[in-house]
This record gives sequence, C-alpha cells and structure tokens, in this order.
Amino acid sequence: MARFGFISEVGRRLVTGPTAYYAWVGILLILAAIGVTAYVKQLQQGLIVTGMTSYVSWGFYIGNFTFLVGVAAAAVLLIIPAYLYDFGPIKDIVLVGEALAVSALSMCMMFVTADLGRPDRIWHLLPGLGILNLPRSMLGWDIVVLNGYMFLNLFIPGYILWKAYNEKPADMRFILPFILLSIPWAVSIHTVTAFIYNGLAARPFWNASILAPRFLASAFCSGPALVILLYQVVRKYSRFHVKDEALFKIAEMISIAMAINLFLLCAEFFKELYSDTHHLSPLRYLYVGIHGKGALVSWIWFATAFNVVAFVIFIIPATRKNFATLNFGCVLIIVGIWIEKGMGLIIPGFIPAPLGEVWEYVPTTIEILVALGIWSIGLLILTLILKIILPIEMGEFTKRTVASTQFRPTGAKA
Amino acid sequence: MSDTQDSLTKKAFTSPDRTAPDQPEGSRPSSRQAPLPDRRTFLAGVVGLLGTMAVSSCSWQEFFQQNFQKMTKKEVEQTVERLRAEYKQKYGKDFVVGTQGPIDGALFGYALDIQRCIGCRRCVYGCVEENNQSRDPQIHYIRVLRFRDGNMDPEESNIYYDPEEVPEKGYYYMPVQCQHCANAPCTKVCPVRATWTEPDGLVVVDYNWCIGCRYCMAACPYMGRWFNFADPVIPSDQVNPVTHYLGNRPRMRNVVEKCTFCIQRVRVGKYPKCVEVCPVGARKFGNLLDPNSEISVIIRTKRVFRLKEDLNTQPKFYYFFSI
Repeated sequence: MARFGFISEVGRRLVTGPTAYYAWVGILLILAAIGVTAYVKQLQQGLIVTGMTSYVSWGFYIGNFTFLVGVAAAAVLLIIPAYLYDFGPIKDIVLVGEALAVSALSMCMMFVTADLGRPDRIWHLLPGLGILNLPRSMLGWDIVVLNGYMFLNLFIPGYILWKAYNEKPADMRFILPFILLSIPWAVSIHTVTAFIYNGLAARPFWNASILAPRFLASAFCSGPALVILLYQVVRKYSRFHVKDEALFKIAEMISIAMAINLFLLCAEFFKELYSDTHHLSPLRYLYVGIHGKGALVSWIWFATAFNVVAFVIFIIPATRKNFATLNFGCVLIIVGIWIEKGMGLIIPGFIPAPLGEVWEYVPTTIEILVALGIWSIGLLILTLILKIILPIEMGEFTKRTVASTQFRPTGAKA
Repeated sequence: MSDTQDSLTKKAFTSPDRTAPDQPEGSRPSSRQAPLPDRRTFLAGVVGLLGTMAVSSCSWQEFFQQNFQKMTKKEVEQTVERLRAEYKQKYGKDFVVGTQGPIDGALFGYALDIQRCIGCRRCVYGCVEENNQSRDPQIHYIRVLRFRDGNMDPEESNIYYDPEEVPEKGYYYMPVQCQHCANAPCTKVCPVRATWTEPDGLVVVDYNWCIGCRYCMAACPYMGRWFNFADPVIPSDQVNPVTHYLGNRPRMRNVVEKCTFCIQRVRVGKYPKCVEVCPVGARKFGNLLDPNSEISVIIRTKRVFRLKEDLNTQPKFYYFFSI
C-alpha cells in the first residue's frame, strides 16, 4: 500500500507543474521524437546515412559519448569534498550531481548504441548469453565500468532518498563504503574510456600516455561547469537551497583542473612540434589542415580560445564570484571541452588514415538530429529525476505527506 | 584428401583447446543447456522490441545464432543449410558454404615482389569477384599504393593513379591488404570475439556475430578492414557461389569484413585469387611451417621486409625484392 502510494505520488508529481515545466518537457519530447525518427531511418538504411566511412569509422556519436563520460565522471568532484572533507555546502547538493551523472551515463549508452551497426545483436555483449571479451578488449572493460558506475549512482542516492522518504536517518556505516568506492570508480570510467583510444598503436594521435590524464583534467572542467549552471536553474525553479559558497568552491576546482588541462595540452604540443615526426600530421590536420583539408580548424581554435578565456575568468576571484562572468565562463568551458574532447579528439585520430590518405568527415543531418534527440532524452531524464528527488531531499515528499494526502484527497492540509 | 578435410573440420570445431579460453570444458554442456529457456524468453522480449526496427533479414534462427567458435557440429550444419536457402532465394544459385577447418601443420604466409608488381590492379578486381565484395557501395580489400621512385612515405603515395598504361616511368607500386598479423591488434580489441586468428594464421570475422562497433577498424594499422555501411549489392550473375562461412559468403549490412587470404580456396589446396590472377607472378603464397615451400625459401634467401615493423604486429605478409 505504502509502495503504491509512493508510485502514484511520483506519477502525480511528474505530470503536475508550472507552465514552464510543461513547455520544457514538451520541447524535449518533440526533439526526442525527431531524434527517434532520424534513428529509425538510420536503422532502415544502415550507417550509410551518417558521414562515417571506412576511413573515418567513428564520428559525432562517439565524440559526444566521450564528452559525456567526462561529465558523468565529474560527479566525483562533488563527492570528494562532500563526504571526505565534510564540506557542508556541497554535501547538501551532491545528490543533484549524481542525478546529472545518471542522465549523462544514459546518454553515453544511447550514443554508443546509436553508433552500433547491429544494435539487434547487443546481447552478444552479455556475459553468459554472449561473449564479453575480457580482459582483452578495452571496450569490454568500458561496458563493465560504465554499468558499475551507473549502479553506484543509482544505488547511493536511491538509498539516501529512500531513507529520507521514510524520514529515517541514513546508516552511514552501510553506505559509506559505496560512496568511497564511487570515487575511484568515477576515475576509472574516464580512464578506461581514454584507454579505448590510447591503446591503439595504429593511431599515433591517441597513442600517447598523456591521453588519460588529459581526459580527467578536461572532464573536471566540463562536468562541474555544467553542475554550476544546473544548480542555478534548480534553485531558481524550486525551493531547493544552494549556497553561493558551494558554487564558488566548485568554480575554484575548475580553475585548477583547467590549469592542468592547458598544461598537458602544451606538453603534447611541445612533444609533437619539437620532435616533428610523422605523428605530427593529425595535430597539423586539426589546427592548420593538411593537403588543403581542415574541416575542424576553426572549431578547434574557437575551443582553445574558449578554454583560455574561461581559465582567466575562473582564476581571478572577482570574476569567479560574479555570476555573470561565472556563467559566461561555464558556457565557454562546456562548449570548448565539447569540441576538444568530442570531434577534436575522435576525428584527427583517423586523419590521415594509416596508409596516408586524407578523407574528411562531416556529420550528416541525420547524425545531428539523432544526437539532438539523445541529448533531449538525457535532459528529460535529468528533469524527471530532479522533479522527484528535490522534494524528497527537502522533506516535502515523504511517507507522511503521501499518507496525509491519501487520507485527505481534497488536499485540505496545506 | 576430402576425408582428411572432414575429420579436420570436426576436430577444429569441437576440439577442447579452442573453446577452453571461453569456458572450462567441463562446465560447458550444463551451462549451455540450463539457461536456454530463460535465454529464449528473455531474448523473445528483446526481439519484440526490435521487431519494429526493420533490421534486415532478421530471422529467429539468425537472431539466436551462436558465435561460430562455440557452435556444435549440428548447429554449424543447420546454420549452413539456412544460409544456403537464404542465398538461393536472394541470388537464385546453389551455394556452397564451406566450413573446412585448418589443415594440420599449416601456417599461411604471403610474399609480394615489389620489383615485379606493375600496378595493374588485376588483384584488386579478381579479389572483388572471388570474395563477393559489395559493388555498390564498393569495397576493395586490396589497395595499390603508387610511390614515386626514391620515396616510401605512405602519406605521399597515391592509390587513385589512372594512367593509360602501367607501369609508369618513375613510379613503383605496393599493394596492401590485410597483413594477417601474428600479433593482431584488431582481434584483441573486439568486445565480443567476433574476429579471431585461426590456427592456420588466417584472421577471420564471424559476420553473424559482429555487432558493428568498428573498434577493429580503428585498431588496424594497415586499413585491412572494411565496413558494409549499406546493404551490399552484388549482381546475381556476378556472385561467386563457392564460399566459406568465415570467408566470402555474402555479407549483410553494418558488419565488418576483410581479406581472409581466400580461406575458401587455401583450405582446399588452392592459391588465393590474387596470387592466381597476378600477370607477373609478383604474389607468392604458402606454408610458413614447411621449410621447402616457396614462401619459406623466399623469406630465407631474399631481402624481405614487413610494413610498420615498429608496431610489433608481426605480419605474415612479406614484401621482397626478387634480385
């Protein structure tokens, strides 16, 4: 009975809200429907509808996937200070970060599925039914760590919120080991994702040990930047309280991560430029173009400029603590890292091809629509999760409130 | 010969040491029998979901098909029958879908005489006809790189040369195809073991097990793998009905394919098609384990090299100079 009350209350809360909520969800549903339609077309005709070829065999989907793994991993940045150093202001809001991780992970999974030629054979990956090629395949490991991370990010907040719903204190001795485990696990998801590319000797652009550290550094920029924006939205549209102090602390961490990211970029540049071997070709393709081809050149320069400007904004306390400049910096970082860790990382890996040919890649409309659809579904998941967990965390949605609304269906009690 | 082939076939598909890496032999029968109903019911739901997705020619049997390496002899027979019926319907021809296993004591290697190659690309098109590559969109397993004399930098080579006559003065040619590496980076990365190295050294793909993630294509340093981005198109009058399960049988959309050294030919004692069609005899093929084979003699007595030795892929494909 209690469980039924919970579920019906969840349903009621999901379909009620202010006009802005309906409009937002409506837009997301429309975009999602467009994305699904585009994906159906891809299923009917094959990956020929994408811009990918046997030369550039991964593209926009895998680029977005890589970026989003970073976003998901960045939830750890919130967990470390919250639970280990007991930094109160962040602790209050950590569940929202985990909700972001869940939605980012679901987008990751949708993007790899969209990239898959034979999604009907996805069961081949299930150990027992199919064959998961462990320990040899890095893609196999990525599936393991992403699903494990998904479990942790559902289980930990799920447990804490269930206790809050029942108005009981969470048993920290039970949940703390899971929280501690989620920290190295978050590092692992982005490391293993980096290793997917890193381990390929055929692709010198990826085959550099700096790749995994750079992945982590850039993830710790883009993920928290998204979190800062998200919290401001949350506190504007709900009664959920987020202290400025928490946001500034996160911004401070971003400045450190961005410093490391830019330093590693310089290290990469030095090695390639100074040694001046054939391995320079992909980097040259990315930043200046080769053989008159350079579809990514303007993009990557924008990304680099965005990252540098954002770094300056975040390193100066005055601009970091001003919401106008802070938000501007966050947007710059998100776009900058999305280019750099998305297309800017994947495409030059394939150009030039292993035997020297230069075949460019540009995503097709279908690919962009599918990606837009996946982003919409991801944001929809995030919206719906927040719609439920914020009231629970604020104590507005508990077993008692559900019981009282059931006994007084007219809602006499305020 | 055919008797030996048959018994070898059985051995290859049921021998414990080939399945051992997947699961301990003892646990196999029970673990395969017990969860079967569950698997079926579970997958039935998945199929229902996927039913609307219009995935090409997805029959139930095809959907539930196991990885070729894990199939029992009976399952192999049933699969071959199903494929033959499917191909008959599609192309109106009676197909042979061979499942010959590796020949004992054989490890196949290839050698290509750079000095003799005239860049005529007969190997490229001979291969397309033999191996049923898609004509639209086109897939070629062999790409002939044309280098300017005195240069061996692939980035400066050209595969789209189109002169009146070959060979051209001032150029030399280097055909490249799958190098059948002993330390193959492509098989290592496959998340579902849809591609592997056979005991006779051939790197093969189970097209019905490939999930189309294209990780192997990113891993290959030689452009040895190709993806069927659309439904492969082969005119019925051009299709080659003599095939092997792991080789030139017609492929489906959204899976990876590659050169298998013509597994359908070399396992019955024939040369690969590219060796046969080469007008100048630049292509040599044989058993690396036999010290008296042509390939072994070439490797022993000529100056040979392999592509990208620094990557330690250990290709079984050698280039050599005849004088």
